Amino acid sequence: MPTVSVGRDRLFAALGKTYTQEEFEDLCFRFGIELDDVTTEKAIIRKEKHLEEEEADEDEEVIYKIEVPANRYDLLCLEGIAQALRIFNGKQEIPTYKVANISRESMIKMHVKPETSSIRPYVVCAVLRGITFDEGSYNSFIDLQDKLHQNICRRRTLVAIGTHDLDTLHRPFTYEALPPSNINFVPLKQVKNFRADELMEFYKSDLKLKKFLHIIENSPVYPVIYDHNRTVLSLPPIINSAHSAITLKTKNVFIECTASDLTKAKIVLNTVVTTFSEFCERKFEIEPVEVIYSDGKSYTYPELSVYNMEVSLSYITGAIGVPLEAEEVTSLLNRMQLRAEQSVSGDNSTINVSVPPARSDVLHPCDVMEDVAIAYGYNNIKDIAVAKGYNISKGRAVTLKPLRLEEFSHLIRLEMAMCGFTEVLSFILCSLGDNFAMLNHEDDESTAVIIENPRSSENETARTSLMSGILKTVGQNKAHPKPIKVQCSSSIDHIFFCGSVCLCFCY
Amino acid sequence: MAEEAILGYLAKNEEIADSGEFAAKHGLDHDDVVNVIKSLHGFQYVDAQDIKRETWVLTDEGNMYAAAGSPEGQLFFAVPAEGGIPREELQKKLSPLVFKIGCAQAAKNKWVDMGKQVSRKVKHVEDRVKDLLLQIKDGQVIDQDDIKALKGRKLIAPQTWNGYSVKKGPSYAPQRKKFVADLTREMLQSGDWKNLEFKEYNFNAKGQPIEGGHLHPLNKVRHQLRMIFLQMGFEEMPTDRFVESSFWNFDALFQPQQHPARDAHDTFYLKAPSTTKELPEDYVERVKRVHESGGYGSRGYDYNWSRDEANKNLLRTHTTAVSSRMLYMLAQKPFTPKRYFSIDRVFRNEAVDRTHLAEFHQIEGLICDRGLTLGDLIGVLHDFFSRLGMAKLRFKPAYNPYTEPSMEIFSYHEGFGKWVEVGNSGMFRPEMLLPMGLPEDVRVIAWGLSLERPTMILYGINNIRDLFGHKVDLGLIKINPICGLGV
Repeated sequence: MPTVSVGRDRLFAALGKTYTQEEFEDLCFRFGIELDDVTTEKAIIRKEKHLEEEEADEDEEVIYKIEVPANRYDLLCLEGIAQALRIFNGKQEIPTYKVANISRESMIKMHVKPETSSIRPYVVCAVLRGITFDEGSYNSFIDLQDKLHQNICRRRTLVAIGTHDLDTLHRPFTYEALPPSNINFVPLKQVKNFRADELMEFYKSDLKLKKFLHIIENSPVYPVIYDHNRTVLSLPPIINSAHSAITLKTKNVFIECTASDLTKAKIVLNTVVTTFSEFCERKFEIEPVEVIYSDGKSYTYPELSVYNMEVSLSYITGAIGVPLEAEEVTSLLNRMQLRAEQSVSGDNSTINVSVPPARSDVLHPCDVMEDVAIAYGYNNIKDIAVAKGYNISKGRAVTLKPLRLEEFSHLIRLEMAMCGFTEVLSFILCSLGDNFAMLNHEDDESTAVIIENPRSSENETARTSLMSGILKTVGQNKAHPKPIKVQCSSSIDHIFFCGSVCLCFCY
Repeated sequence: MAEEAILGYLAKNEEIADSGEFAAKHGLDHDDVVNVIKSLHGFQYVDAQDIKRETWVLTDEGNMYAAAGSPEGQLFFAVPAEGGIPREELQKKLSPLVFKIGCAQAAKNKWVDMGKQVSRKVKHVEDRVKDLLLQIKDGQVIDQDDIKALKGRKLIAPQTWNGYSVKKGPSYAPQRKKFVADLTREMLQSGDWKNLEFKEYNFNAKGQPIEGGHLHPLNKVRHQLRMIFLQMGFEEMPTDRFVESSFWNFDALFQPQQHPARDAHDTFYLKAPSTTKELPEDYVERVKRVHESGGYGSRGYDYNWSRDEANKNLLRTHTTAVSSRMLYMLAQKPFTPKRYFSIDRVFRNEAVDRTHLAEFHQIEGLICDRGLTLGDLIGVLHDFFSRLGMAKLRFKPAYNPYTEPSMEIFSYHEGFGKWVEVGNSGMFRPEMLLPMGLPEDVRVIAWGLSLERPTMILYGINNIRDLFGHKVDLGLIKINPICGLGV
């Protein structure tokens, strides 16, 4: 389960409300995420550097570590979580993401050379135009790429993301694969020029980057992206160039995702652009890029297409087990970022759902049904279920419960047997002498029942203690090798209570 | 012997002032005397008071010098009375340690002239150190300054001597009464029992441990859970297959390839045999299609499904692999509703710590029937967990690749005072059930939890390695109480 670290105060500002920790935990619980840990920025750094624990200052930034489901790539950063929760709380409408309406000629072009097919065949791109970063959103932007790399990108093997300051580059761009010694640039965080093969050696001692070297190091050609002036943008999946690095002041961001899995590349691109398009001048609008392959086929990205589903109302209510009207269902779905409306055809029994590009986790009507249940509140369903008797004894199955006393005495007899005590079963019917005199007890004539028509003295009464039976058994077994360890737990018959279980063991 | 002496002495005398002196006088070993005094004091025959004395004893080195003379003395006497002796020759005469110390001390005392030739400076000396050591050995008291010097040279060491002064006690008798421990036949017959003192029963004594066998707490809890499931009408699934193919463990459950759980760091893959021998081919086709392109109302995952990946053998990571086999078999026949359960081992390639092992037991229950709802699942969970003593439940939306909706189950723990997660549950996805061939209106609700966690909470065990595995203390297995779950 991925964990996202967000600044608490920044999060509450984005939510438009301040919560106590309990209130926030409750909100997370209902939505389906979890507040895993509360710490401070400095504590994290201290931990990383293995320094002493210190008392947190008042002004240390409080960090919430939030656990999100593994299939929700749209929740991997503060902005994504905040938007989802705002919509869940009914504070925001679902945004409509648009691809900017520009002519094909004016689109930035990315030409793909055929050599890339041997090492990393696909690339998808987009532009965030007129964006304004502040320190928080800038850091978030970097962190989101990291999280995506770790998760859906499978540690950059399937997809690698590169983000660049568009104003430092000249279009069009090319995506090529060249022998390492032919690639030369200044990588991010460095000042000197490196050849790509030198760079691989150099990064062998870099704790973070050495993990990704294996993806391309044995290939005769390395993937590389150039602009029109032969400036390197990036050496995917390893590192971007220093030249095109984005800063707080960057206004136009060029995003490229190279990949071996095209579907995942599209999901990754969609996640990045939809989340951060809220900071663009034209909110929620993303500028498209045309990718042209060497066989002439071209594609425009991002593909922000909405996935349309028709879900029957009876399926939703039938699967959840709660009667809901179509109107309720659509309003619940809208709170889950799934735009829904009743079917136009006047037939009240179908809901049209438009799944936004960031919700790649919705595959089937059952995903829609789950979101209805979540928005309704799982714990609200509980009340109805219990009240209506929705349990297994609905007539469909049998539920059995044995007597507690039986179960318990069975467990005790087993324990005694394991201690070496052999069980004996003696008669309930016995003589008065056995029941009283032989045990040195007085017969007060109000404890034991008296049989009216005994066949012999052995049937005079019903035992009021197990002791006589046990002693008689031992008596009959005098020749048995010692020690003799016997146990008995069974019922006795006392005039005031009948059939109680009595426990007796004798060594 | 010592006992008679002490009790006998006290018969005629008020007290024994010093147990050490007493022991010496009567030729007894002081340690024996001390033991007897302690025992008599315990039974109140005597009243003993502690005496502590600080004495000095010779160290090993001190003993050496007491016998042979101090190093300086030895050195002095090794130098001839007249003339001198070359230094090397002198050195050969004495042991290195004696020579070294001797030179230093003799020079300090101005007894000899140290140079290439060593000669006596004075005619005669008294080996004071040796005399003092012998005095101490004898038990004499000597001057504090001398003690300091000898202690500095590590020739003597302090020793505390513990002894007693003894008086008559409240239950004093000249002879210790013998308590009899057993009542014998002879005593009864002869009538002696009337004159004897019998030892009191000590009802606070622990008693002799009984020889016997014991059952493991984890299996006790497992047994009770089996009973609970059976009483709820669930059939037991056959889980005697630890090795499973990725197909049944992951793919049939609509868990995509390239999913973190399949990673080598979460799953134990097999080196040998590395791949499964056969799979139902037409079913495999349907599974491949639903992963790649969807169908049955789903849009699928849109990736290239690999048969090689599905063929890989592994140690099952969950008993849900067995459930998928059972549901597939159920789908091959005309449909009847079923309730299944299993409790058995699963294997995860995780780091071992206080709450995690590489293998543990998973409890799984599932109900397969037409028209089941999420409300039914919540109802069953209430029934099941209330039998475990957990009546207060809350449900949280969660994610499993093969269930939708998914719910984490939380129960309120009175002892901890908070909500703790007790299980995971959900409704199996249509992409899992429909390729098997189950009718469209059939739904499967299922839930699972680990066996170890509730056992650790029930039995108050903090570290899973104390409960399960070879590092478990046998003593713990012997003293664990009856498991009353479900009773």
